[in-house]
Amino acid sequence: MSDFLRSYLTVGIFGLAGVALVATFLGLGRIFRPTNPTPQKLTTYESGVDPTGDMWSQTNIRYYVFALLFVMFDVEAVFIFPWAMRLESYGMFGLIEMAIFIYILLLGLLYAWRKGMLRWV
Amino acid sequence: MNATLLLAELAYWQQTGIRVGIGLASVLLVAGALVYMHLFKAVSFMQSRLGPMEAGPYGSLQLLAEVGKHIQKEDIFPRNADRFVFAAAPFVVLASTFLLVVVVPAGPDALFINSELGIYLGLAVSSVSVLGILMAGWGSSNKYSLLGGLRATGQLIAYELPLILAVVGVVIQAGTMNMADIVYAQANGEIFGFGALGNPYILTQGVAFVIFLIAMQAELAQAPFDMPVAESELVTGYMTEYSGMRFLMFFIGEFATAGVFAAVASVLFLGGWYVPGIAPDADIMNVLGPLVMLVKIVVLTFLIFWTRFTMPRFREDQLQRLAWKFLIPLALANIVVTGVLKVTF
Repeated sequence: MSDFLRSYLTVGIFGLAGVALVATFLGLGRIFRPTNPTPQKLTTYESGVDPTGDMWSQTNIRYYVFALLFVMFDVEAVFIFPWAMRLESYGMFGLIEMAIFIYILLLGLLYAWRKGMLRWV
Repeated sequence: MNATLLLAELAYWQQTGIRVGIGLASVLLVAGALVYMHLFKAVSFMQSRLGPMEAGPYGSLQLLAEVGKHIQKEDIFPRNADRFVFAAAPFVVLASTFLLVVVVPAGPDALFINSELGIYLGLAVSSVSVLGILMAGWGSSNKYSLLGGLRATGQLIAYELPLILAVVGVVIQAGTMNMADIVYAQANGEIFGFGALGNPYILTQGVAFVIFLIAMQAELAQAPFDMPVAESELVTGYMTEYSGMRFLMFFIGEFATAGVFAAVASVLFLGGWYVPGIAPDADIMNVLGPLVMLVKIVVLTFLIFWTRFTMPRFREDQLQRLAWKFLIPLALANIVVTGVLKVTF
């Protein structure tokens, strides 16, 4: 296996190590902790009163709008990083190209701004 | 050099085993040290009290006592909860922390992977924790949790962008995304021909550093960005239904992530394991490097917790406004200015 793939294997192993750590802690807890579920204990916590209505309730649409805006800018970051790395060899050409790219993105942000999408109401 | 030779002779799985062990130990030890120094002691002194004093000398074993307490607590699954999602959430949160620590180098050979993608990979995996928090908020089937989870998601993705864009300035200056090479670039850099101190990017990328710190504060959901766990409104937000060890996992995850993010910030802006006067690739730095990193981590996290315990909370609209209307345009401007300066000079 090449070093390149191996470093990804290492990343994966670290992720599994994190999972294993949580599992170990929870497993340790299993030895020491009592188990005594009562109906009252298992109710949803709502500041002491009985919970009412559906817990998975409707929420503000704003979160969704911001998530969409996020996707727009996050994809842009994918393009900016390789450019940033090789900027020295691109020189002035790369600079102007990226200026145009960022300008278009800023237009998008400005459009959302003018449309009131960035305002939380 | 001995360390290198020793590692090179081992098989891949042996090396990785050692690395995983060191990674787990360092993340947990640093997280524990941060809890003791900042959450227990620094904040107590700020509030004119002593903090924990009973467990161990000056209360230094308080954290172990807390773990001992949580380990004996009952593990409660709410009746309405989505059991699988509820149980899986802490795993995702902690796994994302350990995915992030992989990219942090602490010395010329004291690193986990030497990837050319370095910081890019780090930024990618750091967003995984959002998923865990959203899972916790959804799986709990609790109104507070759902609101907290959504607030956390909205906040984390909004501040993800300034965080990423601030790093671009550093990548432009260093010309590489490899974390170790970023350290070497800072160590070998010079400011107007003066090279004795190197060029820690906090000096030339000061704007990016401030953006990064603010975004980091928000990513860690520390006050003034603690909308997701707003105690006075949402109990503890997405953690409301978690008890005992599962709650402790979120707690450990919070401080472990603070430590790892501070480590990333110190590599990007404070020169990582480099200290002026010692060559960054000297063998001694494999031993000194982690200590230097620790000092930088403690300083950076102190800034975070100092802010946390001094500032009142933002409202949701103020929080989003700061990210979208101020930090993101500023970060984009920083990229353009850095790019122009890099090409013209």
